[in-house]
Amino acid sequence: MKKAFPIMAVLTALLLAYAFYQAMFVAPTDALQGDVYRIIFYHVPSAWTAFLLFFINFIASVQYLASVKPSTQRAAKWIVIAIGMVGAIAPFIPQVQAQLPAGLYPSSVATTVLAIPVFYFLMGKYFPGQDLDVLAVTAAEVGVVFCTIVLITGPIWARPVWGIWWAPGDIRLTSTLVLWLIYVSYLVLRRFSDSAQTQKLAAVLAVFGALDVPLVYFSIWFFRTQHPQPVIGGGGSMDPRMLHVLLINWLAFLCFAGLVCWSRFRLEKLRREVEEAEALESLLEPGSPAAQTSKSKVALSRGSQ
Amino acid sequence: MKSFWSITLATLAKDIRLEWRSKDALNAMLFFSLLVVVIFVFSFDPLAEESRHIAGGLIWVAFLFATIVALQQTWARELRNQVLDAYRVSPAPARALFLAKALGNFILVSLLEALMAPLFVIFYNLRVLGPAWQLIPVALLGTWALVVNGTFFAAMSIRTRSRELMLPLLLFPISIPAVLGMVAGTTSILTGENPAHFYIVLLLTYDVVFTTACIGLFDTVLQAE
Repeated sequence: MKKAFPIMAVLTALLLAYAFYQAMFVAPTDALQGDVYRIIFYHVPSAWTAFLLFFINFIASVQYLASVKPSTQRAAKWIVIAIGMVGAIAPFIPQVQAQLPAGLYPSSVATTVLAIPVFYFLMGKYFPGQDLDVLAVTAAEVGVVFCTIVLITGPIWARPVWGIWWAPGDIRLTSTLVLWLIYVSYLVLRRFSDSAQTQKLAAVLAVFGALDVPLVYFSIWFFRTQHPQPVIGGGGSMDPRMLHVLLINWLAFLCFAGLVCWSRFRLEKLRREVEEAEALESLLEPGSPAAQTSKSKVALSRGSQ
Repeated sequence: MKSFWSITLATLAKDIRLEWRSKDALNAMLFFSLLVVVIFVFSFDPLAEESRHIAGGLIWVAFLFATIVALQQTWARELRNQVLDAYRVSPAPARALFLAKALGNFILVSLLEALMAPLFVIFYNLRVLGPAWQLIPVALLGTWALVVNGTFFAAMSIRTRSRELMLPLLLFPISIPAVLGMVAGTTSILTGENPAHFYIVLLLTYDVVFTTACIGLFDTVLQAE
């Protein structure tokens, strides 16, 4: 696995270069916006990647909280299965279908909801125990970085196209900003609390943040309807060639994010192992034979992740 | 063992008695929000029409800061003499303790609002153009939204370094939809331009969601060791 990292890094770099070439030279110029629109190939994939990472953080936090007791673990398992079942079936019922906004297919809603149990069980399988918390902090940190890219490229794009840097009532901008604030406060909490309780407190905060997201979305959605808005070009379908380039860029960004997460995950695990080893060492008296033998036993499992 | 509500009421009565005898938090909050109001009066000198548009924001910002003052002493008081540790080992349900603390803060902040709201009306020459009775549900639901999450995050932030700094950093991002609901709801009632029903429903949803989450997860936070 250790050798796979440089190989993956080279492949990701190649994919990013190819995606850059596609975005700058191959994708057709937009009829209305000109070349300015090409920032979409960085803005949108970053946003999707950030949302995916925050989603991973949420699921990992829920599972971490649930794994404290076997009874809550069982209950959480059945709740997640129930959410998956209801989410997969409900969008196809005609009454529910009528409630969906135009342009949203029932199958796409069903797939999105099905991602919850799929992620939940995959993470439970591959990241047992404390690894869930390491995964949560990794996803949050990398997610905040990508979310920052979104918030920086957004105004740069808005200025020439809308004529303003920031539209306070725009639902996507504002809810992304609030999401960023929530996750920064999550990282601040982790930074400021350095005891064994940190992981549980952070997981609780992640759950609160996730509960907040739909409320933020609806509050801004209604707020917007009461305030005059700049004319923001929405709707309209994308040129298939542009969409193709966008998806290539997303793939490249996902690979890059995965690579960063992987390396951060290993770093965090190693840091915790060092901490544990140091704590163990300080418990034993220096110079005693027990300390000598234990020192050789506390070997760090470098690599292997 | 005593029932859930008798434990809640006993803790609540103890907190109110403590506050009644010292009046520390209430005096600090009142003077603090009075200062905020006076500074706002100097900063903005609006016409009657303008003040209707900005008063909703100003009044809630003042209350938000004053609420932080109340919240910070909620759990700090229990740290002295290891009272919180005693709670932890007692068989009383953690939810009862949380509910008592949240209700105590709610009473304190509501009292502050009742005393400060007339001052705002005087300083800004406010006259409500919309249905004024709707200000009461907006104020009650908005206060509960601030207080329930605030009590929860205050319990969380006493576990961290630099507690006083942590509470607003945790509370404000989560409270953004509630603050938006309070401010926009109050503004639409004051100006009478838009119906405030949506904001009342939003605040109600927020309250229900986060009260459930707080009560469900408080045990984890209290016992996190």
